[in-house]
Amino acid sequence: MKYAIGTLLLLLSAVLNAQEMLQFDNDSQRDLYRSLTAELRCPQCQNQNIADSNAIVAVDMRQKTYELVRQGQERQQVLDYMINRYGDFVHYQPPLNRYTLWLWLSPVLMLTLLLGTAIYRRSKQSQQNVDTQSELNTELDQLIKRYRSKKP
Amino acid sequence: MRKLFFYVPLVLFLALTVFLLSGLFSDPRERESASLNKALPEFALADLMQPQQIWTPQQLHGETFLLNVWGTWCPTCNAELGYLTELRKQGIKIVGLYYELPRDPAFDAPFNLKVLQQDVAQKLQQNGDPYQFNILDLERRLSLDLGVSGAPETFLIDSNGIVRAHHIGDINPQIWRAKLAPLYQQWSQP
Repeated sequence: MKYAIGTLLLLLSAVLNAQEMLQFDNDSQRDLYRSLTAELRCPQCQNQNIADSNAIVAVDMRQKTYELVRQGQERQQVLDYMINRYGDFVHYQPPLNRYTLWLWLSPVLMLTLLLGTAIYRRSKQSQQNVDTQSELNTELDQLIKRYRSKKP
Repeated sequence: MRKLFFYVPLVLFLALTVFLLSGLFSDPRERESASLNKALPEFALADLMQPQQIWTPQQLHGETFLLNVWGTWCPTCNAELGYLTELRKQGIKIVGLYYELPRDPAFDAPFNLKVLQQDVAQKLQQNGDPYQFNILDLERRLSLDLGVSGAPETFLIDSNGIVRAHHIGDINPQIWRAKLAPLYQQWSQP
């Protein structure tokens, strides 16, 4: 039992040490650093964020992010710093501008088109139903008339 | 009208096919660089071979030149040295920006300028020396400010110190002719 607790403590200390590699003034700075390195994209090994990548440029960007966060810069300031150098490409959330507008617009457009077609077809179908019904009615009326006129 | 409507899905499908097909042949690394048409960022970095010489952007004004980001550790950079040397013989000014690898204090030997200078001199002797001089970017701060994502990369800087082209990857005869030579011509005219 004693050994088990000892081992556990040893393992725990290793984990705690690993987390203390980077020093931050407070938890919000640490959270900011974590979220920033998760959403900044590595320009070298594409489709990895800089937290995951070990490319030289990702190491440098992590270091720079750390410095800027420690200086007390806001989230948007750090993002702007990186976007100024590496372009919109470097952030996983693209900004809304005239090139990216279609990303948001096209699903809405497609849905409207689909709904429009569905409603149009349905109304046409029900119109047709009404038409055939009235046709049948007149036919029936004529039949009845004919039948009545034959009777006497 | 109804018949025309019948072809709409086909047209949409073909448009999507062409769009996706063009994606197959496009280069994902080809993108507009954020440093284009901006002045060189401020820096004061030592010369690789004569460390007492400090280079600043103002000292580089006056002539159109290529700023080539490279390192002896990078095989593609070593491979392009030969062709760049040919370009130098044609009268094109090329300045090297030496991109040093980051060091892990736990595993790597501390930085030693003498060793690096020897290494560089040996590589340049083997493959050709295209550089007027080399700027040592030990912390890669200038490279970060320029938006460098790796080595080799090459910038075309005009005589006013404005970045006019940013090429990612090596320079070979095809790329020089097709992409960089026209830009060099355009921006080196007085």
